[in-house]
Amino acid sequence: MNLSENFRIALRALAANKLRSILTMLGIIIGVASVVALMALGNGATADITAQVQGIGSNLITVMPGRLQAGPNQGSAQAAALYYSDYEALAKTMKDVAGVAPAYQSAATVTFEANSLTTTIVGTITAYVRLRNYEVALGRFPTEAEQQSGARVAVIGSQVAEDLFGGLSPLNRQIRIKGVPFTIVGVLEEQGSAGFGSADDYVMVPLETGYDKLYGAAAMDGSRRKVSNIILSASSEEAVDSVTAQIDRTLRRQHALGLNADADFTVLSQTQLLSVLGQITGVLTAFLGAIAGISLLVGGIGIMNIMLVSVTERTKEIGLRKAVGAKRGAILAQFLVETLVLSLLGGTIGIGLGLATAALVTASGAITAVVTPSSVVMAFGFSAAVGVFFGLYPAWRAAQLRPIEALRYE
Amino acid sequence: MIDIQNVTKVYQMGETEVRALDGIDVHIAQGEMTAIMGPSGSGKSTLLAILGCLDVPTSGVYRLGGESVEAMTDDQLADIRGRKIGFVFQQFNLLQRTTALDNVLMPLSYQATRGRERRQKAEEALRKVGLADRMHHKPNELSGGQQQRVAIARALVNDPAILLADEPTGALDSKTGTEIIRLFQQLHQDYGQTVIYVTHDPFIARHTNRIIRLADGKVVSDEPVAEPLAAGTPRPSELALAQH
Repeated sequence: MNLSENFRIALRALAANKLRSILTMLGIIIGVASVVALMALGNGATADITAQVQGIGSNLITVMPGRLQAGPNQGSAQAAALYYSDYEALAKTMKDVAGVAPAYQSAATVTFEANSLTTTIVGTITAYVRLRNYEVALGRFPTEAEQQSGARVAVIGSQVAEDLFGGLSPLNRQIRIKGVPFTIVGVLEEQGSAGFGSADDYVMVPLETGYDKLYGAAAMDGSRRKVSNIILSASSEEAVDSVTAQIDRTLRRQHALGLNADADFTVLSQTQLLSVLGQITGVLTAFLGAIAGISLLVGGIGIMNIMLVSVTERTKEIGLRKAVGAKRGAILAQFLVETLVLSLLGGTIGIGLGLATAALVTASGAITAVVTPSSVVMAFGFSAAVGVFFGLYPAWRAAQLRPIEALRYE
Repeated sequence: MIDIQNVTKVYQMGETEVRALDGIDVHIAQGEMTAIMGPSGSGKSTLLAILGCLDVPTSGVYRLGGESVEAMTDDQLADIRGRKIGFVFQQFNLLQRTTALDNVLMPLSYQATRGRERRQKAEEALRKVGLADRMHHKPNELSGGQQQRVAIARALVNDPAILLADEPTGALDSKTGTEIIRLFQQLHQDYGQTVIYVTHDPFIARHTNRIIRLADGKVVSDEPVAEPLAAGTPRPSELALAQH
């Protein structure tokens, strides 16, 4: 009895009970399809986020107040702050830097006539826009003179423009931020769904104007102005590490911290951000895969169930085959190949269905699903393993049947 | 050929022991045609199962063509069955949805025979039973007698030393049954095939050269048949009816 003969027998046996074979395969089909599709979605989400982070500028370094790591001194981290003077110190001392920019972010209500919404007001300077690669779709950014003089001008994100003005052109119209009138001079290009900190929801004002007219006492620590973050761009990718070290030195001096004291600020480069995000999305993808794996497991149990029924039904056939000389190994192989055919056929159809689902999701525009060859190979291998694992017991039962009893079975 | 000495077979049925065979001695030479008879429960099916290596005796010796069978493993028994024994069952036991040819080919798939030779052997076996023109029919397209012929061809395909049949005419009408018996007689005469069948029908048994009668797991008589009936001989009762 060779393998191709076993496959022929298996196909014939499965064809004899088409509906049952298809229903049995359905478990594997759904399991494999969901593994392939969910992994593709997870990978797609990872690629999306990575692309967005890289879009921000790969040499970008962000300084934030407090420590990012959760630890015993979380309380003190809360109180930590960055100051405008930190920015000035960085701007003065840093080498290998293409630019430095501070930003102060706060939430405020913005109104235009009867429309109002609460969104993030970003007070910053011209360099910020350049470092983040922001472009205007309409109008312009505030001029240097406007920056210095504290002019009441604003650039709004595309979502804000949509929400406040609908179809109207926002240019040169007056909006009120916390009741203070501002003239819109520009609208940012749409950034797309970033999931976090999208500029589409920003209202950007000159930093000077913000301190004067909007932020009030919250932005002040005595006579010192606070900032929410400071961004820097290293002149090259190779310089990122040395710039990070320089920032650390400068800010420790500014904050009067010893070399061994815990820093009350966090310096995050894009590479670090990417690796953190990579970990998060990796966990997400694994999680989705695990859920899909459970459905594959359930499919495998379905196969085992049907194969046990099938062995019982075909007891007489097994008895006959043994009577004419089939050894235990031959019977074992026969039933094992049958489960393998079920699970591999189901696996193949499932991969097709998974690819189709991924393509459909991509076409719908929600997420660009990325099917990796490894997830397909894994799904296929897993379905084969399910076939062998869940087929082994029924096949073993068949092989153990005593011929004389099997022949008498009715 | 077949040498059974003091064989017993004991089944444990709950608390009680059932001695299906209780010290049996049987010797059957190659080329004999033998019927095993006995009332139900006499142990004739158990004896046939042991003769066919489907089961092993509880005690005693069974030599088949010089090989001691009683201590063999399951796989060794399967090997013996495949090479030396052909079975014919009362209910034919054909694989449905499978052509006559494929049914006959089936036992060969467990042997080392190559593809082309298999086909030749299967066709040859079907020719022997007179079904050369029905090779590609499935069991449900064949009459009961034809199905039993396919089963006999399947039993013959490995050139077994012994053909064993358990009530081979039991599921057939008497005319078809007679044809099957004629086929057994032919195989016996033309090819010197050893044939052993179990039957409860004395008329069918009379078509052999020898009748072994069992009762309660013991051989009660073992006699040659002086004048074996030729297949096609009317049954005595039919004779009687015909005389009226």
